Amino acid sequence: MDEFLLVFRRDFKDKENQPSPEQLQEHFEKWHAWYDRMTADGRIVLRRRWDGEGLVVNAQKTVLNGPYAEIKETIGGAVIIRATDYEEAAELAKTVPILEFGGNVEIRKAL
Amino acid sequence: MEEKELLPHLFRTEYRKLVAVLCYLFGIEHVEIAEDIASDTFLAAAETWAIKGVPENPAAWLYTVAKNRTKNHLKRNALFEQKVAAEIRYSSDKEAEIEIDMSPRNITDSQLAMIFAVCNPLIPADSQVALALNLLCGFGVQEIADAFLLNKEVVYKRIQRAKEKLKEGEISIAPPNATEIADRLETVLTTIYLLYSEGYYSISQNTTLRKELCAEAMRLNFLLMESELTDRPEVSALLSLMCFHSSRFEARTNGNGEMVLYEDQDESLWNRELIERGTYYLSRASTGDKLSRYHLEAGIAYWHTHKEDSPEKWESILDLYNHLLAIEYSPVAALNRIYALAKVHGKETGIAEAERLNLTNNHFYYSLLGNLYAGIDEARAVAHYETAIKLAHSESDKAILFRNIARLQDNVG
Repeated sequence: MDEFLLVFRRDFKDKENQPSPEQLQEHFEKWHAWYDRMTADGRIVLRRRWDGEGLVVNAQKTVLNGPYAEIKETIGGAVIIRATDYEEAAELAKTVPILEFGGNVEIRKAL
Repeated sequence: MEEKELLPHLFRTEYRKLVAVLCYLFGIEHVEIAEDIASDTFLAAAETWAIKGVPENPAAWLYTVAKNRTKNHLKRNALFEQKVAAEIRYSSDKEAEIEIDMSPRNITDSQLAMIFAVCNPLIPADSQVALALNLLCGFGVQEIADAFLLNKEVVYKRIQRAKEKLKEGEISIAPPNATEIADRLETVLTTIYLLYSEGYYSISQNTTLRKELCAEAMRLNFLLMESELTDRPEVSALLSLMCFHSSRFEARTNGNGEMVLYEDQDESLWNRELIERGTYYLSRASTGDKLSRYHLEAGIAYWHTHKEDSPEKWESILDLYNHLLAIEYSPVAALNRIYALAKVHGKETGIAEAERLNLTNNHFYYSLLGNLYAGIDEARAVAHYETAIKLAHSESDKAILFRNIARLQDNVG
């Protein structure tokens, strides 16, 4: 088993997919269920709540708030999980609820 | 409140506030950014709260996250900053942090400004209702589509068209001044009443959603009453009218979702509390020297909360309809007036006046004639109801007409 960093980002592209109150509640429950399942399967190495903004230092050594240029892409949580390889990590990433509203998951293997 | 209801509830109450405050800050040109930030804030809540639970003050959490998202957006987006930040209302000092004001006062001002922007006569009525639900009430495209039995794309296009109109017209989102209020309050009330009527008369079977539409219209109306700028007698009168109508919500459909006519309604299902509130707002509306159509319609609705027929009831209703038609003529009001006239002066008088209207493309006209001829000439009554059926659009209207015919035939047979 290796350790993989999963970083969640949200990115709306489709204005028609603005969440409704009910979808939001479902989304919330899916996140709950996702963490519960990963914990029960012994996948979670590090589960933390991260500040949603963060800082970026650019080439001009300017310190900027937030990791992305567009509001449309904001960073959500990050988690370190156990998986046998990238393929399995990717399969697990496919179950992350962030994908519902045009989000994406970045995967990095710990070396 | 249970955790299960918390997010939807917060979304209902807070989403529109975030959108209003941000639109007030950015201007209508950037309405999509305001919506994105508000939606993103709620998705962040769903994700973050799932890990460590709901914060102690969830609304404050949402405001903080939305503020940070907005500040970041303003800082990062150079173009946006050049174009807008200079004009942003509360950036007093260039060095100072941009402040996003989520105080109750600013929320109220923003919402009021938004109401006046959305209820702009530039926007066609159907788009306006959709935009009002979307921006002022936080209804999603799918929910609006469900309420009006339209497909999602149609609703989406209507909302887009409405937003385009506001952008093209360079409509500013600003607190209305006295002149604007005098000029535009009527349009605002028209939109609110339209929103209410869409909920009240909607053909959708989804009663929960329909009640929500009505409740939203009443909430917007209440918001107008909370601001001294817009707390006018006609505003109270409209709320009174909506309270009286809403009091019959439970009684006007039966278990199968079919319409129950006023005469056949079970009075014990009428909501007494709403009737009392309606009466209170009507008395609150009885100041000033302006008699609006809402005063008159509320007066008519007030008399309808007394089920029992009495000469006083129908004479009052007739009198109110006479006034209403003088202010604002509509065929439906004219037909309703004749119904009251017949109650006061007899069916023959009613028939004579009705036939003079000659509204031969209106199913209400034939349905009124059917009613008036019943007891005088049953065959003609049936014939009129049959014509009404041919002209009626909705199945529920037709069902009522068929029932009327069946009743007449029972009486004869």
